[in-house]
Amino acid sequence: MIGYLKGPGRVWVGLALGAVVLFVLAPSVLSDFRLMLLGKYLCFAMVAVGIGLAWGRGGMLVLGQGVFFGLGAYLMAMHLKLSDAGPGKAPDFMLLYGSGVVPFWWEPFRSPVVTLVAILLLPAAIATVLGLAIFRRRVKGAYFAILSQALAAAFAILLIGQQTTTGGTNGLNGFRGFLGYNLFDPVNKQLIFSIAAAVLLAMLLLTWHLYRSRYGELLVAVRDQEERVRFLGYNPANIKLVAYAIAAAMAGVAGALFVPIAGIISPADVGVVPSIAFIIGVAIGGRNTLLGPVLGTILVAYAQTTLSEQFPGFWTYFQGALLILVIAFLPGGLASLWTVVKRGRRPGPPSAAPMAAAAADPALASEQKVSI
Amino acid sequence: MAKTSQLPQKSRLLSLGCLALVSALALTGCGGSKVGSDTAAANTSSCVKTDGDTIKIGFLNSRSGTMAISENTVYAALAMAKDEINAAGGVNGKQLEVVAEDGASEPTIFAEKAQKLISSDCVAAVFGGWTSASRKAMLPVFEGANSLLYYPVQYEGLEASKNIFYTGATTNQQIIPALDYLKEKGVKSLFLVGSDYVFPRTANKEIKAYADANGIEIKGEEYTPLGSTDFATIVNKVKGAKADAVFNTLNGDSNVAFFKEYTNAGLKAATMPVVSVSIAEEEVQGIGAANLKDQLTAWNYYQTLDTPVNKKFVSDFKAKYGADRVTSDPMEAAYTSLYLWKATAEKAKSFAVPDIQAAAGGVSFEAPEGTVTINGDNHHIAKTALIGQIQPDGLIKTIWSSDQAIEPDPFLKTYPWAAGLGG
Repeated sequence: MIGYLKGPGRVWVGLALGAVVLFVLAPSVLSDFRLMLLGKYLCFAMVAVGIGLAWGRGGMLVLGQGVFFGLGAYLMAMHLKLSDAGPGKAPDFMLLYGSGVVPFWWEPFRSPVVTLVAILLLPAAIATVLGLAIFRRRVKGAYFAILSQALAAAFAILLIGQQTTTGGTNGLNGFRGFLGYNLFDPVNKQLIFSIAAAVLLAMLLLTWHLYRSRYGELLVAVRDQEERVRFLGYNPANIKLVAYAIAAAMAGVAGALFVPIAGIISPADVGVVPSIAFIIGVAIGGRNTLLGPVLGTILVAYAQTTLSEQFPGFWTYFQGALLILVIAFLPGGLASLWTVVKRGRRPGPPSAAPMAAAAADPALASEQKVSI
Repeated sequence: MAKTSQLPQKSRLLSLGCLALVSALALTGCGGSKVGSDTAAANTSSCVKTDGDTIKIGFLNSRSGTMAISENTVYAALAMAKDEINAAGGVNGKQLEVVAEDGASEPTIFAEKAQKLISSDCVAAVFGGWTSASRKAMLPVFEGANSLLYYPVQYEGLEASKNIFYTGATTNQQIIPALDYLKEKGVKSLFLVGSDYVFPRTANKEIKAYADANGIEIKGEEYTPLGSTDFATIVNKVKGAKADAVFNTLNGDSNVAFFKEYTNAGLKAATMPVVSVSIAEEEVQGIGAANLKDQLTAWNYYQTLDTPVNKKFVSDFKAKYGADRVTSDPMEAAYTSLYLWKATAEKAKSFAVPDIQAAAGGVSFEAPEGTVTINGDNHHIAKTALIGQIQPDGLIKTIWSSDQAIEPDPFLKTYPWAAGLGG
């Protein structure tokens, strides 16, 4: 039914539906436990929005978003640990495994303001520095993907090695409060969920505006014909850099919200495997669309929970099979299903609607070679 | 090829409207509800149903991921205990109904599934967990909801929670007796090899404190990432260090590579024995008994224990799962944990968490490893320490025993040399 609406109207309907589902329906029908699970999915979906921008529109296969997710998450977790410990005191795990002295680089995060600013800026700043080094040298395609993945592996190994200051494989957990609010209180759980939902919708709105802006056109142009854009007088490195930094910031915010919702962050949540899991959700949903990555990620995360409750150990096969099927038969993701079905019935030029056409866009063919 | 889309004038207005709508909805989402309740546990009312013919319990083990090979055996032992208990009439006259969940070898998943078992399935108690990371991840969940976890694996100590019953050994029931044994045998120097995570690092911290106080020299301390299989360098260092013995806290697959390399380097148990605290009968099968000939282990249970209770446990297990299966310490501790919960619930005549906590002290059970008793203060259990030697058939023979059950002391308060180890 949504397919009959054209262009912007469709996105508005989608966002409004999303708002109703998240703010009204979900809190009233789901138990606290399921609501927090959905909250976790929403955090993954925030990462997916960024990946949609960087990969779907920018052609950069970001295989290491776990790094930025982890940065945001660890920043938030450090603050929560410190505020639980109380002024001037060290978190419990430092007393247990380390010297009991808070390292100097933990100290600034006693302040909630510093923490929030760092969550917003640090992932984006690191992505900018990395991006400058990578894009200026015109590293792209598989090389970029491998580089970003190596970064995720290195980050997880670094965290595991520094047990006395990062909690090692245990990660950081056992948070009691979130900015002064008790985390075990169901009312506060719902509040955190609402914050996550609002942030996700705001990110979607921002991304949608980016897609429709002049910058969005340029980003797609760089993805499809980087050299041609260069000849027109633009610097493709800067154009890609912006998308990469925004994707990193989104992943950082997602990580920061994940921590109070899940109650734990550990290296197992930020390494190579979770980084690839983010990509899988986006690929299955449809990386070129606005809502595809979000819905794909939520669907995959939901399926993971449900299937692992029903068939422990079997889930990973299903996930792999789904990814192979989508890449082989539906390169535009599930979001392109409608277009493909419609095209099958009425052969002819694909519709010009900006969001739906991407899958059928011949430009995508050239992009396929780079990204998969 | 770039698509063109004109931004309609009214779209900007629309987007502002939407932003306002979103914020309004966000506010109504939390408005009118009180935030910031000060009570430590606002959500501790239990939803456990005790009025039917059955009582629900949860099994939470890694059925997928790297830990599955170990935790599946714990699951099997738990399932056997459940069947036995149900066949004998259940607990307090109620049949056990098990909800099994997969922890997927990831701490975050353990925390999530523990929450599910407690708040969605309303189980009376949860049994499972293996790695310290999984236990640490579950601890705040069980404390927050005031529910019960029975954790069946030996661990690094320095922990006690009123919501966890530790039915595996703490350090003074496994590692310290092993050190006592080595000292008794005249060992003057040690080399420490471990996986890079909490248990080996904490255990080695304790071993170093012990060595310091007992005049044992530590010739080296090496860590490898979990799952690492490259041991050429480390074994070379071990060989060069010429320590009297090696203390091994490696976990999982790494042991296979380590012992192959150890044997290849010409090192033998007779000249430089390796004492392992994470290798049980199940792991010996995987590593190969030939690579482990005469090496030492420290546990509280071996399949070869010659007691009537253990003979029945082993034969029942083989009858249920196959004659080629072996039984090991964590499996026995898991089996025992379910019976200890049963005994406590029957003593308390209740399934309520406060009643179980109050009744737990002094509850004992004739386990395959011998009589075990719950310590009411720290929720660990008194166990007998056993040093074993790996036989060519892959089973482990007891060569030294602490003779009586050692009272659990997770914070090592009764050991002067351990002062200042933390906790």
